[in-house]
Amino acid sequence: MDQSIFLFDILLPVLLEGFIVTIKLIVLTAPFGLILGILLAVGRVYGPKPISLLCKGVVAFIKGTPLLLMLFILYFGLPSIGITLSAFVASVVGFIMCNGAYSSEYIRGAISSIKEGQIIAAQALGMTKMQAVRNIILPQALIRAIPGLSNEFIYLIKYSSLAYMLTVIELTGAGKMVATKYFEFTTVFLMIGIGYLILVTITTIAVMFIERKVAVPGMTQSGRHMLDIL
Amino acid sequence: MENTDTILRVENIHKSFGDLEVLKGVSFDVKKGETICFIGPSGTGKSTLLRCINLLTQPDQGSVWLGGEEVTNSGKQINHFRQRIGMVFQNFFLFDHLTAVRNVEIALIKVKGMKPKEAREKALEELRQVGMEDWAEHYPAELSGGQAQRVSIARALAMDPDVILFDEPTSALDPELTREVLEVMKKLALAGMTMIVVTHEMGFACSVANRIMFMEYGEIIEQGSPQELMSDAKFERCKNFIGQFDGVNGD
Ligand SMILES: Nc1ncnc2c1ncn2[C@@H]1O[C@H](COP(=O)(O)OP(=O)(O)O)[C@@H](O)[C@H]1O
Ligand SMILES: [Mg+2]
Repeated sequence: MDQSIFLFDILLPVLLEGFIVTIKLIVLTAPFGLILGILLAVGRVYGPKPISLLCKGVVAFIKGTPLLLMLFILYFGLPSIGITLSAFVASVVGFIMCNGAYSSEYIRGAISSIKEGQIIAAQALGMTKMQAVRNIILPQALIRAIPGLSNEFIYLIKYSSLAYMLTVIELTGAGKMVATKYFEFTTVFLMIGIGYLILVTITTIAVMFIERKVAVPGMTQSGRHMLDIL
Repeated sequence: MENTDTILRVENIHKSFGDLEVLKGVSFDVKKGETICFIGPSGTGKSTLLRCINLLTQPDQGSVWLGGEEVTNSGKQINHFRQRIGMVFQNFFLFDHLTAVRNVEIALIKVKGMKPKEAREKALEELRQVGMEDWAEHYPAELSGGQAQRVSIARALAMDPDVILFDEPTSALDPELTREVLEVMKKLALAGMTMIVVTHEMGFACSVANRIMFMEYGEIIEQGSPQELMSDAKFERCKNFIGQFDGVNGD
């Protein structure tokens, strides 16, 4: 078969569909993962003892469970207690949990690196503890956590391929189907690799712009973290 | 009974950290418009005393009254009292991620609920008061210590507090930067702001304070006007303490 016909008429249309599913997985996961990460980190550092322990336990549980096993539990296990999730939703929920747990560690680290005087000064002005956390501590912590969070985002791009194990036809899954059907492994996997590379590159550039935009003299050195990410 | 001029009353404050008794029953009144300077060796409990006034530290015993209302035991109301009790710290504690003007306006917006535009105007006005309006858009890391401290004074002033507590506001500054901060404070005192100032700057204390309190080992040992301090024999211990410094002409 003509290579260009295979590439343009068969492979790329299928990959493109998978690519769009991958992007959907990522775009739906990232914001909720970040929110979960913030809640877990704040709960752990500033919550009352029971909340703090709960957050710690949740993070430990998620970090201690292989992501694939977590996905299997969500998709194959939950129906036995009456909760049925579509493969796509189960994947997103699993990714949010994973992304949130790891993000919370970066955010928690950033929170504890902030000097105590910041919250004291905020409270002296009449802010409640939660106002101080929201207006003073979190903005600083998030700026400092950008390198870690963007790493986590890049992991997410890559482990989103695990959704294929739940029958979600995302980029890797779509490619694998074509590859086995036509016995064209090299071309297909090369194209898949390029797909992920595009996503990672876009992310890296976007992170650079974000870092530059939120850069605060004395708090961050803009652009420096690009190498950490790659 | 109560002198209507009294804005702040501190009664019998006790505070211990573990076995260490840091404050052993401190009482004093502050009248509206007065400047009170606290001096004394370090580790004597001066910072702890200031922090007990706005309950950043919870005293073990005693009470604090602001304009006739009790600050201690105020529960959630404490945040209202803290708006009325400004505080300036030795190390400024400016919010690192905010420009000077944002530092001054943030509590106006988030705590007082002021509209952003109104808050910005007020913040710029306060920065003008301390000679920092040209630096409004600069971040704390871009300011000298003296400039940062002046911004932090503007931040406290913006809340229109009844009293401002200064905890060694110039101790972290080089001598040449100390002056610009003391000048701002002097101006405030003359304008009628009520201030409680912990300081080692005897020149400032003697020229600005209505009363000087000498603290040692968690107690106010001697107190009086600067004139009394200079002339009266009862200020023996205080004079000994001051004698360790370069003299009474710092300012
Ligand atoms: N949070 C705290 N925990 C334990 N000890 C403290 C705490 N804050 C202050 N102290 C102790 O209380 C004493 C008085 O401190 P401080 O009020 O800072 O004195 P000053 O301001 O007069 O130098 C010091 O011995 C200090 O170590
Ligand atoms: Mg002190």
